[in-house]
Amino acid sequence: MSAKKNLKIALVGNPNSGKTTLFNLLTGLNQRTGNFPGVTVDKKSGTMKLPNGKQAELIDLPGTYSIYPKTLDEQIVQEVLLDKDHDQHPDTIIVVADASNLKRNLLLFTQIRDLNIPMVLVLNMMDVADRRQLNIDLRGLSIDLGVKIIPTNSHSGAGVEALKNILSQPLIHSKKPFYQVKSLAEKTIEDIKTEFNLDEDYRAYQYAQQNVRLKFLEETERQKIEEIKKENGFYDVPTQSQETLGRYALISDIVDRNIKNSSESGKPTLSQRIDRVTTHKVFGYLIFISLLMLIFQAIFAWAEGPMDIIEGALASFSNWVKGALPEGVINDLITDGIIAGLAGVLVFIPQIAILFGFISLLEESGYMSRAVFLMDRVMRNFGLNGKSVVPLVSGMACAIPAIMATRNIDSWKDRLITIFVTPFMSCSARLPVYTLLIALVVPDHYVLGIFNLKGLVLAALYLLGFFAAILSAWAMKFILKTKTRGYFIMELPGYKIPQWKNVGLTIFEKSKTFVVEAGKVIIAISILLWVLASYGFSDKFNNAGTYVKEQLPPNTTDAEYDIAINAYKLEHSIIGSFGKFIEPAIEPLGYDWKIGIALITSFAAREVFVGTMSTIYSIGADEEDELTIREKLSKEINPKTGLPMYTMAVGFSLMVFYAFAMQCMSTVAVVYRETKGWKWPIIQVVYMTAVAYLSALVTYQIFT
Amino acid sequence: MRNLTHLKIHEKGIIKGFTDETLSVKLMEMGCLPGTEVSLELIAPLGDPIAIEVAGYQLSLRKTEASSILLEEA
Repeated sequence: MSAKKNLKIALVGNPNSGKTTLFNLLTGLNQRTGNFPGVTVDKKSGTMKLPNGKQAELIDLPGTYSIYPKTLDEQIVQEVLLDKDHDQHPDTIIVVADASNLKRNLLLFTQIRDLNIPMVLVLNMMDVADRRQLNIDLRGLSIDLGVKIIPTNSHSGAGVEALKNILSQPLIHSKKPFYQVKSLAEKTIEDIKTEFNLDEDYRAYQYAQQNVRLKFLEETERQKIEEIKKENGFYDVPTQSQETLGRYALISDIVDRNIKNSSESGKPTLSQRIDRVTTHKVFGYLIFISLLMLIFQAIFAWAEGPMDIIEGALASFSNWVKGALPEGVINDLITDGIIAGLAGVLVFIPQIAILFGFISLLEESGYMSRAVFLMDRVMRNFGLNGKSVVPLVSGMACAIPAIMATRNIDSWKDRLITIFVTPFMSCSARLPVYTLLIALVVPDHYVLGIFNLKGLVLAALYLLGFFAAILSAWAMKFILKTKTRGYFIMELPGYKIPQWKNVGLTIFEKSKTFVVEAGKVIIAISILLWVLASYGFSDKFNNAGTYVKEQLPPNTTDAEYDIAINAYKLEHSIIGSFGKFIEPAIEPLGYDWKIGIALITSFAAREVFVGTMSTIYSIGADEEDELTIREKLSKEINPKTGLPMYTMAVGFSLMVFYAFAMQCMSTVAVVYRETKGWKWPIIQVVYMTAVAYLSALVTYQIFT
Repeated sequence: MRNLTHLKIHEKGIIKGFTDETLSVKLMEMGCLPGTEVSLELIAPLGDPIAIEVAGYQLSLRKTEASSILLEEA
């Protein structure tokens, strides 16, 4: 930390006021996403250089319509502004308001202004205001509101330089509150001001209104406020009601005085005409489903090329390291533990980038809120919310970006349910497992002459995942209790042309967050799995060479010998012992210890199942193709029955297990990151494994 | 009592009051103030939620929420 502290500036404003675009303009790539301690709210901050040469730290506070929070995100705004000792408490505030919709935007402005923090008001989206033929008297408005005003157009960047100039000068603002809150509760305000040594009436009044919510107050302080309120007959909601009415009365006067509307009203705007199509009962759903299909296809298909490149590059890197470093434990740890883990992290970047590219486009354009509007009624039946649709469908490609996409669900309960059920959707990593098993046990048979039975089974597995997600969501609706009441009061912003810079920054930010935060967990698990698979305590593991030599016929080649040793070592490693240890538990599902080992290793990722099976069945790395594994598996004999091991019952049981089980460390890591703790990922793993186990058990019993 | 859900599409009404106090403060923050003119702009295909034009912008809300907004008798 430098001795001289940087100027701290906070951006505050309504959602859809162009606040984030302005933030991007001011900071460019000098921004980072962290989180506020103890809560699941992203903290976007960045640095900017002011014209006077000084550095300023800019923080983009979550969008809110008022200082009274409805969601966790909004509560942060209130905490940061009310708590003078908060480490993010700003020295200066930029309030961003949508100039084309000033009345509603000014409510938040007047509340913040009465906290007496130096501030400047930015009237953004001046272009939209011009198009609506609103003539704004900026001078008059500035005098009436008692604040400096900078008009901007964050689309073109106009006004941004002027804003920077203003910020490098000391801001003078009127000390006189905009709204005399004292008339509502004089005694309460006075008492709290004395008790907490506060200067501003409105700050004291907010202590009274929000005492239960303000985390920075001690329990005794909250109690004290409660007593003061009781003594003076202060009731939260009716007083807030009066305050809002009072503020709007003043705002209305000022807006009417300074803004003249010269357009003839009554003609539907372009946005309204677009809405007639996008929320139409036929075209609306058609457009929405087509967009979802496009996104799904893109994550599924477009990501494949870049993913192959990343995997290939890391594989060559791993080989190079293997050759460059002396053989031994360190070499194996780096290549099979760390680089393998790194590959498991980086390989998801294309999918994350594509999904967030689309989501950002949908949000920027204003379409997202229409999709939510269309889907809310349907999703509500299952304890979900209109905003859950995009994550759920994206989950069919990959749960990682999908879970990250739940960020824009305001209601914590709805968001948690969405995070919880998304991994049930059949993701692309299940496909290699499904195709191997389907090829193994499902006969080539046509149903009704046109439907291939193999295809039908695959479709059934996708449906199974979908229904598991929906039913779990429905059940959670009743189990989860929340203190906060959920609202669906949502602005439908006017349509806008998306800005590529914002889309690009979103993609960059989301990918970076995933790599940095989920990456740590993924690499740690990868190293753990490597240790478990590379070490063993028994004599058989340590002297694998001698044992294998005894078993093999004398004419085996070196390559065959190496493969056999790998299989033998895996069998007698710690993971191998685990596999044998859990055999009694998985026997009712039709599995043996070999499958047990694959179940454990494939916790890294589902597709690892295929790789592990080929190691166990001693299939060389070069021939690790599906056909060889399939041949080996189909020849496997169950020692107890003397019949083939991989019957239809075992195959189906395994498929069902993989349809439901979590079996993906990256998802666990991302749930940890998104819920800020281990509670939910652990519950989720236990629940999904239990569902998988029971369903596989039932499946096996039915088919045998 | 006439409430917001009784409006026909594109019909206008004037807000008179609210039936739910907690909800009313949220709605007022969003510009739904007594005396303000609102018009019903969109109804989602399944009948719920709806969107109204109020204070110069479009606001969507669920029917249960909309029914807490009372209107002046036409």
